[in-house]
Amino acid sequence: MNIKNNKLFVMIKQSDVLVLALAFIILCVIISILSPSFLTERNIMNTLRQISLTAICGFGMMLIILVGEIDLSVGSQQAVAGISSIVVLNTTGSIVLAVVAGLLCGIVVGAINGLLVTTFKINSLIATLGTLAIWRGASMVFTGAVSIQSQVPAFQTLATGFVGPIPNAVIVAGILYGVTFFVLNHTTFGRQIYAIGGNPNASKLAGLPVNKIKLIVFIIGSMATMLSGIMLASRMASAQPTAGTGFEMTVISAVILGGISLSGGVGSVNGALLGMLILGVLQNGLTLLDVSSFWQDITRGIVIILAVYIDIVRKGSVANKLVAEQKKKQQQKCTIERA
Amino acid sequence: MNKIPIIDIKGMNKIFPGVHALKDVDFNLYEGEVHALVGENGAGKSTLIKIISGAYDFTDGQYFVNGEDARIYKTEDAIQKGISVIYQELNNVTTLSIAENIFFGRLPAKHGRVLWKQLYENSQKYMDMVGLTMSPKMKVQYLSIAQQQLVEIAKAISLQAKVIVMDEPTSALSCKEIEGLFKVVARLKSENVAIMYVSHKLEEIFAISDRITVFRDGQNVDTMNTNEIDQQVLIEKMVGRKMSDMFPVRLPNIGEVVLEVEGLTTAKVNDITFNVRSGEIVGFSGLMGAGRTEMTMGLFGADRRITGSVRMCGVEVNKNSSYACNKAGMGYLVENRRDFGNMPNLSVKKNMTIVSLNQISKAFYLFPKKEKDLAAKMIEKLNIKTPSMDQLIPKLSGGNQQKVLLARWLIKQNIKLLIIDEPTRGIDVGAKAEIYSLIEELARQGLAILMVSSELPEILGMCDRVFVMKNGSIVGEFDCDEANEVTLLERAIN
Repeated sequence: MNIKNNKLFVMIKQSDVLVLALAFIILCVIISILSPSFLTERNIMNTLRQISLTAICGFGMMLIILVGEIDLSVGSQQAVAGISSIVVLNTTGSIVLAVVAGLLCGIVVGAINGLLVTTFKINSLIATLGTLAIWRGASMVFTGAVSIQSQVPAFQTLATGFVGPIPNAVIVAGILYGVTFFVLNHTTFGRQIYAIGGNPNASKLAGLPVNKIKLIVFIIGSMATMLSGIMLASRMASAQPTAGTGFEMTVISAVILGGISLSGGVGSVNGALLGMLILGVLQNGLTLLDVSSFWQDITRGIVIILAVYIDIVRKGSVANKLVAEQKKKQQQKCTIERA
Repeated sequence: MNKIPIIDIKGMNKIFPGVHALKDVDFNLYEGEVHALVGENGAGKSTLIKIISGAYDFTDGQYFVNGEDARIYKTEDAIQKGISVIYQELNNVTTLSIAENIFFGRLPAKHGRVLWKQLYENSQKYMDMVGLTMSPKMKVQYLSIAQQQLVEIAKAISLQAKVIVMDEPTSALSCKEIEGLFKVVARLKSENVAIMYVSHKLEEIFAISDRITVFRDGQNVDTMNTNEIDQQVLIEKMVGRKMSDMFPVRLPNIGEVVLEVEGLTTAKVNDITFNVRSGEIVGFSGLMGAGRTEMTMGLFGADRRITGSVRMCGVEVNKNSSYACNKAGMGYLVENRRDFGNMPNLSVKKNMTIVSLNQISKAFYLFPKKEKDLAAKMIEKLNIKTPSMDQLIPKLSGGNQQKVLLARWLIKQNIKLLIIDEPTRGIDVGAKAEIYSLIEELARQGLAILMVSSELPEILGMCDRVFVMKNGSIVGEFDCDEANEVTLLERAIN
């Protein structure tokens, strides 16, 4: 059987998610061959827990990118999340209040980003580059550049605890995945996000509340980031003013690797999830193989560039084929009409 | 004329997905002549120009320049062969000076340093030829449209153009500016340049051309010597069919006032006052740049409203909010589908339902079956040709895309007013008639319709009342029975 006519091959060629899934499986197979400790339960759970932090923030980031904007400030938002929750935790002693405080901060921080982009019409790249610096600086000023220790030991179990064999963080990420999937595929809000990302001008003239939706998306994104920041603070049992430095790059890379187009409107939750899994497993695999973290950075960079390039080539070949087919059809039609 | 034509096109065919834009077209152009090309919108004039200029390749046929196979595959090839096109939308870089525009991409330079003195001297020479009197250092953005056009002509001359194609050159010019342009054309002609002159305006064509070619539905109907025919003959050839074949019979069912606009003023239009009643089709006519689209943008909350009020069924509509306009029962079918209409990442179905999601959902949850049923109903009702409702919208032909966007507003339950900007732009003739009858049917069912159009037959064939705009203001109102093409055009120009 000719491989080009193979049904599976055609399906893979047309589906981004299948390509990513295939890449993920191949990656896992290679690493498990090279390192026997990869497929142990402990390592798997550990890797998943690491990925969860990216994922919790990443699903929010995905919505922001889908609506055609970007949020570079997530790294310093994590620091804000840690500080606000730990401060509230230490004053009230209540874990619930600590989490609520972090999430409320998310609403404020997200609303600021959102208003800068919608009301003041500042390009989101610039606006969030600004807030990235502002929140980092504010965190340093507020803490005097020293970390704040948690005085409630139970707080740590939030991130390090388990439900059965599964870490809490993984469960939170799983729930967020489910919610995002549902919102994007089955709700009016998700549909509007895709429409606005696909063509903001058309959306506006179709009478969609473009600014309102963008604002809400920024707020949701920041709340997700706060959640990941709280988890981080919980794992370290302290609030670090330097927490999350460079985190925005990890998150955005994963989302882009998952096929979410930076121009907005294109991409799926499953793609984003696979992007996160691939980057996470790659990092874990390289660590297991004793590759230095500097080389890991280089590898990660190459993988992202390569992935986007392959995507362009793949789409290009499909498009070329379509054009060729259409031309052929036209020519046939032309000769028929002339005859 | 026994000379070899400078441009000779034989048996040309061009097929776009879903549109046969040129059918077996023959066309030729001799040096030192002005050859006018006329035809309605969508007749294939622009397509031919784009093939001549190398912007499009053709499906089938032959294209000779000076008797040799043209081998023009891209616009640079055409420029090399001395063919310059001045498009309706001018291609100047407005932030650069006149001189830089004339010598764009070919600035005189030595060791990478621009020789400004030489540039300005050379530019001055070409500017004199076309009658531009200002300094060559002046930025193009400060020039009028007519002057910008002259800059492009100067550029064409500087490129040693043997053929200059002008696409609707006078559509945005005043009478005096048109005279100036004609002088330049006459001068070019005396220097043996071949000019292809594309225009709607018959008076101009008779004033300036040597030969006239009429296009209709992608075919060359006839090529005639200008001095052997009159306007009557020309119009008959252009129209070719009775208008009644194209437009549905209008059975007005006019009711209460739906839309009242009073003193609407934005940065681009001033003091617009009119109303539209239910079941009525109100047309807006005028030249390009008269502010019609800008008026609808201001009306629909997309452009900032400075003063004035818009009322829907007596209730004031919040200003500067398309969302509020949508809520109040307005719909807006845009002129530029690609940039302002389609959501290219979404399917036909999703493009249709995007403004009516509340009708197929409960507490945010979308009911997939309701959505499918609704889309299927619309595809059948509007006879939309698509392989499936999940096809992405950019893959459809222009006419079908337009129908999808029309369906978008038809699905909306509380729609009372539909604003349609250029309902048939970029749509082939068959689909045009369908869209006209749809619009008529909607009006008959009581929808108020505001239709902006540059095509006079369309305005006259469809509307009950017509407003003519010029320079951002309304300059005339006509009942359709008392208006004809001449009265509308006169009002739009003077």
